[in-house]
Amino acid sequence: MSIGDYLALPFAQHALIASTLVAVTCGLVGPFVTCRNMAFAVHASAELAFTGAAAGLLVAGNAVGGALAGAIVVAALIAVLTTRRRERDSAIGVVLAAGLALGVLLLGYYHGFATEATNILFGDIFGVSTGQIVLLAVIAAAATAILTVIHRPLLFASVDPEVAAARGLATGLLGLTFLVLLAFTVTEAAQVVGTLLVLSLAITPAASAQRLAAGPLAMAGLSVAFAVLAADGGLILSLQSGTVKPSVLVASISFALYLGARLAGPGLRRRHRARRVGVAGVADPACPVGPACSVGPAGPVGPVRPAGSGRPGGSATMDT
Amino acid sequence: MTDSVVRFDRAGLRFGDRVLWEDLTTTVGRGEFLAVLGPNGAGKTTLLKVLLGAEALSSGTVTVGGQPPGRARRRVGYVPQQRAFDPDLPIRGRDLVRFGLDGHRWGVSLPGRAAQRRVDAVLAAVGATGFADAPIGSCSGGEQQRLRIAQALLAQPDLLLCDEPLLSLDPGHQQVVTALVDGCRREVGTAVVFVTHEINPVLPYVDRILYLAGGGWRLGTPSEVLTTATLSDLYGSRVEVFRVENRVVVAGAEI
Repeated sequence: MSIGDYLALPFAQHALIASTLVAVTCGLVGPFVTCRNMAFAVHASAELAFTGAAAGLLVAGNAVGGALAGAIVVAALIAVLTTRRRERDSAIGVVLAAGLALGVLLLGYYHGFATEATNILFGDIFGVSTGQIVLLAVIAAAATAILTVIHRPLLFASVDPEVAAARGLATGLLGLTFLVLLAFTVTEAAQVVGTLLVLSLAITPAASAQRLAAGPLAMAGLSVAFAVLAADGGLILSLQSGTVKPSVLVASISFALYLGARLAGPGLRRRHRARRVGVAGVADPACPVGPACSVGPAGPVGPVRPAGSGRPGGSATMDT
Repeated sequence: MTDSVVRFDRAGLRFGDRVLWEDLTTTVGRGEFLAVLGPNGAGKTTLLKVLLGAEALSSGTVTVGGQPPGRARRRVGYVPQQRAFDPDLPIRGRDLVRFGLDGHRWGVSLPGRAAQRRVDAVLAAVGATGFADAPIGSCSGGEQQRLRIAQALLAQPDLLLCDEPLLSLDPGHQQVVTALVDGCRREVGTAVVFVTHEINPVLPYVDRILYLAGGGWRLGTPSEVLTTATLSDLYGSRVEVFRVENRVVVAGAEI
């Protein structure tokens, strides 16, 4: 069978739609994960989807609902236990260890078929149902909408928390919102495509993009592009090979992109600066503030005021 | 300097038994440039935190723009003590500065021409045009500091709080930055509270100096505060103040 024949089959189409949805969502969330150094939170949320699913199965016979509820509990626990940014990783480790133990315990009491719970660890992208695709689409749309609204304050708070807080941004609440969004996205994606795939789509593409892009918009674009390329490319290659599991190929492509970015990145980023500096060297002489330059670098001599206007240049900024 | 932006009334701050300063009553007026000097641990940074609403007074009251601190935060610019940015952040200097304009706004906003011009102008004013498009992590400490100043000035705040903004700047750029802050307070009427260890770069511009040391404080014009008699009295030991060609040198105490 050629790849075209495969793609005519519903199961392959479902898989391709699902992987694209997961890739876009993960690609959008990823840049904030790397900016906030939250790769470990992704890992923990993905694995703890298992505990939530086990609890959901035991209580209500519903693995998906359990995993989603669990995601919120995990996010809240991490937020409560992290009082300082530096102790976040240990807080996550604590929650992860306790949560996995709880999951194993819960699974012991469940006497049905536990494949639904264990599936989460490995996922089965070729077994995606229409209902699951709808759920993935809803989550992708919701994540995109939320990030569209909060992206700038969230980026501000992630990059420069002190100044963002001074400007009146509720940095704690923003962090919690992102944590819940992250746990939700990762959990749902793990249900469908497995933990391994989520990790290689929520962390690696953003980490690669970070090596290449200078600005936030470029990074988000690259991150989504890399995630989709890895997810869909891996899936198609897997169909073609017939033997290698898709998650292996998705992770491999993602990793190869990362290696490429690491090799190319430093030069690209440096060139960006060098080129600008070269141009600016002409337009932007040593004393950019104009009149203020009458005050030499040797230090002020009495109350020197810039001649004329009585203020340094950059007046365009101060007017309006 | 008609109306006051900051008003301290018998304000005091202590940690346990240790008094940082107390009984401070003064105002900082529109367009006034107040430099805060003093040794490490004298409570200079904490004073800024009080004005940001991040730290509460132990006694007395303080208002910013007539309100308790922390209410009108959009109108307060802040240049924090220097902390280097993570080298891998996907943020350019231009993006950091832009936060000064709309970092707190929700949703999408298209980069308007006017906003772009304001960002460009302030970047040029701090001499940051050459590295404005480079990742911020690749900028030196002094370059990052100039970007932070640009960010704070862009919003044209009513009150500008600067915590050691001259650290890691060479003398030329210390001049540039101080002159810029001075221009902002003259043009826009921003009240400036400027914590610094470097007296001389700011001396031509400051209106008054608040000198904190050993649990006490002195407030006045530079010629009132920076004298052998005043500082010796404040430190409780002999401190000599020399003026050498209009530069001030303090000997006998850690500034």
